[in-house]
Amino acid sequence: MLRSVLTALLSSLLLGLAAGTIGGCGVDAGSTPAPRSVTLTVFAAASLAEAFEAVAEAYEAAHPGVTVQLHLAGSQQLAQQLRLGAPADVLATAGLPPMQAAVEAGRVDPGAPRACARNRLVAVAPAGNPVRLDRLADLARPGLRLVLADAVVPAGAYTQAFLEKASAHSVPPGLGVDFGDRVRANVVSYEQNVRAVLTKVRLGEADAGIVYASDVVAAPDLVRLTIPEALNVEAVYAIAPLADSPRPAEAQAFVAFVCSPEGRRLLARHGLLPPPAS
Amino acid sequence: MAKPSPQLRRRRRAGLPGDPFGGPRWWVLSGPLLVVLALPLAALLLRTDPGAALESLRRPVVYQAITLSLWTSLAATGATVLFGLPLAFLMARRRFPLHRAVDTLIELPVVLPPAVAGVALLMAFGRRGLLGEPLAALGVQLPFTPVAVILAQMFVAAPLFIRSAMVGLAGVPAELEEAARIDGASTGQVLRHVTLPLARNGLIGGAVMTWARALGEFGATIIFAGNLPGRTQTMPLAIYLGFELDLQVALTLSVLLMGASFLTLILVKYVLLR
Repeated sequence: MLRSVLTALLSSLLLGLAAGTIGGCGVDAGSTPAPRSVTLTVFAAASLAEAFEAVAEAYEAAHPGVTVQLHLAGSQQLAQQLRLGAPADVLATAGLPPMQAAVEAGRVDPGAPRACARNRLVAVAPAGNPVRLDRLADLARPGLRLVLADAVVPAGAYTQAFLEKASAHSVPPGLGVDFGDRVRANVVSYEQNVRAVLTKVRLGEADAGIVYASDVVAAPDLVRLTIPEALNVEAVYAIAPLADSPRPAEAQAFVAFVCSPEGRRLLARHGLLPPPAS
Repeated sequence: MAKPSPQLRRRRRAGLPGDPFGGPRWWVLSGPLLVVLALPLAALLLRTDPGAALESLRRPVVYQAITLSLWTSLAATGATVLFGLPLAFLMARRRFPLHRAVDTLIELPVVLPPAVAGVALLMAFGRRGLLGEPLAALGVQLPFTPVAVILAQMFVAAPLFIRSAMVGLAGVPAELEEAARIDGASTGQVLRHVTLPLARNGLIGGAVMTWARALGEFGATIIFAGNLPGRTQTMPLAIYLGFELDLQVALTLSVLLMGASFLTLILVKYVLLR
């Protein structure tokens, strides 16, 4: 009696493990005879969320049998996860340093990364602009509750770079040498990714925040304060197949699709700028 | 469930043949889970270089997180004891309509994901939350403040004290309190000299567990209180962000929290509840 129960338990456990392993490798055990089914795991920067969801959908439509599994997080976190061995097929980061970290960890070939899009920063306030911000200089107004991305994520690093630029001159377009310090004094939270900044502003918990221009496409109700080109910081998105992907051809094809005219069109629709001309 | 006979219990302890729970097979079957539980903790200790850990203790981001975590978790524990004790009395000593509903409410945060707690706290006490406007009229803004950290910790950790206090209080024989009252003791004297001392283990054990849980709170804090070093960045938040930037910070704080959790359990299980 006991033996049979144990045998049943163990065999179901083993079956489960086997199914899990196969699933994890992206081959559907119980698949129909139709085309080979493949799951591509794409690690992408949080700020690419909507854009890559659209790209993934278009890619799946064009490639029957391929499922794109998006893993969205702060780029620095993605790089750290890859460094610690997380399995993936494609990596897309905001900015080059996280991509460089993946190269140094041996997960991406040095020559593989390609620039696939650009982004800019924009300051935002909740719908209705409750504290009446109308100029960028208002970000330094004492008592403002400002939320920024933490400097560990690219958006946060770009934000700090913008503050440096804006504080470099006391005459326009500079916003005064103490601008950066006054803005930092207003920060009530450094969020772990740029989307959390957006959420806290949308909820009205913060009076203002600094996010990517593309983030605001999905949040048309927010009030925008444009950061002039002279002060803005350009974020370049890099994409690469993982060197150790078990599906190198498919990974390469996905990267090519993102960089294709159709991929660029989809990214542009979500507020991303075309990659720098090389 | 029926109690096993004394005969069976004796056999079990000895692991004699014929006992279904004897022999090595239960060790073999238990092995995987024991490894899963023990290995990460051992790995954490092995990966930490004591010299580098001491060095990183001097960094502002680390000691600020430790200081903030200590005082907020102690404040959360104090407030929980202050308001949780009357609630535990109510629940342990009285029967009222909705008793079961309140009982479930008290237990809910234990099973609720902390991130849900964070969102719920924001919806209740946030600027545009249910109480946002009345609080703002009083000049109070909770999100992004240490008070928000304390509220988040209380929300997730208070049930541990309340449950434990309820068990402790329910275990005090009513006849003893009755006897003290007959001898002329006032309610306050009965509480001070009879009820609370007899419920001591449940109260202190619950408070220590609440403190340990508050110390480890992460999900509700990062959503409701945000992340600002020195103000709302507690140790678990510094671990999360340090993990991406500086693994040494994350390792040092992780080992400290592991040590605190370990000592707490030892204290509760083998000293207080002996």
